[in-house]
Amino acid sequence: MNFASKIFLVLVLALVLGACATDTRDVPPAPEPEPQPTQPSDPVEVDRVNPTDFADSRNLDNPDSTLSQREIYFEFDRSDVRPEYLPIVRAHAAYLRANPSARMLLEGHADERGSREYNLGLGERRGNSVLDLMRAEGASAGQIEVVSYGEERPVCRQSSESCWERNRRVEIVYTAR
Amino acid sequence: MYSNVKSFLNLFTTASLALLLVSGAARAQLQIEIVDGVEGALPIAVVPFDFGNAEMQPETPIHEVIAADLQRSGLFDPLAVTDMIDRPSRPPEVKLGTWRLLKVDYVAMGRWIPGSDGLSGEIEYHLVAVHSGRTLFSRAIAAGPGAFRLRAHQIADAIYEELTGAPGAFASRIAYVQVTGAGTDAEQFELIVADSDGHNPQTIVRHSEPIMSPAWGPEGRRLAYVSFATGRSNVVIQDIYTGQRDVIADGRGINGAPAFSPNGDLLAMSLSRSGNSEIWVRTLATGRMEQLTEHYAIDTEPAWSRDGRNIFFTSDRAGRPQIYSVRRDGTNIERVTFEGEYNSRVSVDPYSGLLAMVHGGQANFRIAVLDRESERLRVLSPGRMDESPSFAPNGRMVLYATREGEKGVLAAVSVDGNFRQRLVLSDGDVREPAWSPLIQ
Repeated sequence: MNFASKIFLVLVLALVLGACATDTRDVPPAPEPEPQPTQPSDPVEVDRVNPTDFADSRNLDNPDSTLSQREIYFEFDRSDVRPEYLPIVRAHAAYLRANPSARMLLEGHADERGSREYNLGLGERRGNSVLDLMRAEGASAGQIEVVSYGEERPVCRQSSESCWERNRRVEIVYTAR
Repeated sequence: MYSNVKSFLNLFTTASLALLLVSGAARAQLQIEIVDGVEGALPIAVVPFDFGNAEMQPETPIHEVIAADLQRSGLFDPLAVTDMIDRPSRPPEVKLGTWRLLKVDYVAMGRWIPGSDGLSGEIEYHLVAVHSGRTLFSRAIAAGPGAFRLRAHQIADAIYEELTGAPGAFASRIAYVQVTGAGTDAEQFELIVADSDGHNPQTIVRHSEPIMSPAWGPEGRRLAYVSFATGRSNVVIQDIYTGQRDVIADGRGINGAPAFSPNGDLLAMSLSRSGNSEIWVRTLATGRMEQLTEHYAIDTEPAWSRDGRNIFFTSDRAGRPQIYSVRRDGTNIERVTFEGEYNSRVSVDPYSGLLAMVHGGQANFRIAVLDRESERLRVLSPGRMDESPSFAPNGRMVLYATREGEKGVLAAVSVDGNFRQRLVLSDGDVREPAWSPLIQ
């Protein structure tokens, strides 16, 4: 790492920490932290992760962050993204925007109903719907690849609506963070 | 002696020997059970064939293979061997009165005539009508080790054709996809080829990633299918005898739904390299690619008309999947199905041109057959999740996939809907059957 990029990193860190500090002011005043017994050093850093900072790769594994949500579900024989899933799409689009070297696979899936090759097409169309939204949110198409598995990779195997609705999905898979 | 053996090998290479060379035996064999029988099946006796003390004896007695074939067709009711009073092997030995008492209408029989090398020879076979006493045919067919079952199926086909007027389809194979360990790390997809009676299952390819959509070449030697071995869908053509495998399409997006043209020179596919699923045709000899459809809808599951001039396909361009047709040159797109909210995955009857398809709505997906001349659509299967119809080469039965609980099984139904059978595997999930052309 050269001198310039060190400076850049310091600046980025300062910005991120500054953003954190700003955010905490919006939150209702928290009671003064009580003196804690000695803590291991790592959690101090985890505490500083802002779950709404969608540029931060640590949020990909943070259950409090929308970035940790990777499944988008669909209606039968439909490929339009329902409004409740837009925050997930926006969060990941923001991550891709902020991390140009990140790469994403959108795996499209269908439930078992109907024919297999048509469902392969349906899975791809679902993946493309998510891709189009990500691009509209400023992600680069070069960072995203769509692959359809049709009905070949179900997560649930009973023939019931409760199972089918879990299978009609796009899974967001990061191949590079 | 050497040249005898060599010509003998040449003679039977296309039967089953070469298939054994390239592939391991699959573990479990399909068991075929008849679900709905037919009233008025023809009573026939298939007498044990006389092999005398020949050194060459078939692995399974010829008459057993023939009788099981005829029974599975639903059109025949073979007499149990234990009920036979005598065992003629040629028409002059048939005592008509005895068979009349047993209420048998036809007697099939035959014998082995060994050749000079003692290994290969001929099976002579005959069919006698009991009421008239007439010999309907007397024929002979070359046979040898490894080919007895195929010859028995061909004799059953001859009997079927003589008595029903339509060609038989017993001397054929079925390809299907078997999944074991579903949902576990040990999940395996296998493409299997078995005889039409489920015998001799051979694994053609095996992978932990999905295998889909097997389709036969018209010569019964090439199988096209979709492999996810690279993590993406690819269309592959594999020679089932040599094992030679060629990747035909591996472009961006979906590479799926292969279908050989009737003459075997072209392969129709659904490819989304243009950004969306479209029907494409590849000339196999030159690699030339032609795009037949251009629409934002899903266009997939091409199937050739018998004359090769049109391609039927599934499209949701009107909102829901329906069957359309397009001319070979990409012109004249017409909608074919209008009844029902979901019609897809058409299979063309190679004999009379009927169309079988997946027909359904939200709750049920069944196999239906459309006669385009009378515009009559007939639902043939009773299931909720029936798919992947495939016609027998004689057009009399439709093989399809259905579900029993979480397990996929295969079933076959006659085109009139009167007769149905289940093809059950002891373990594993079976799907996507494809019935081969007749083996010559």
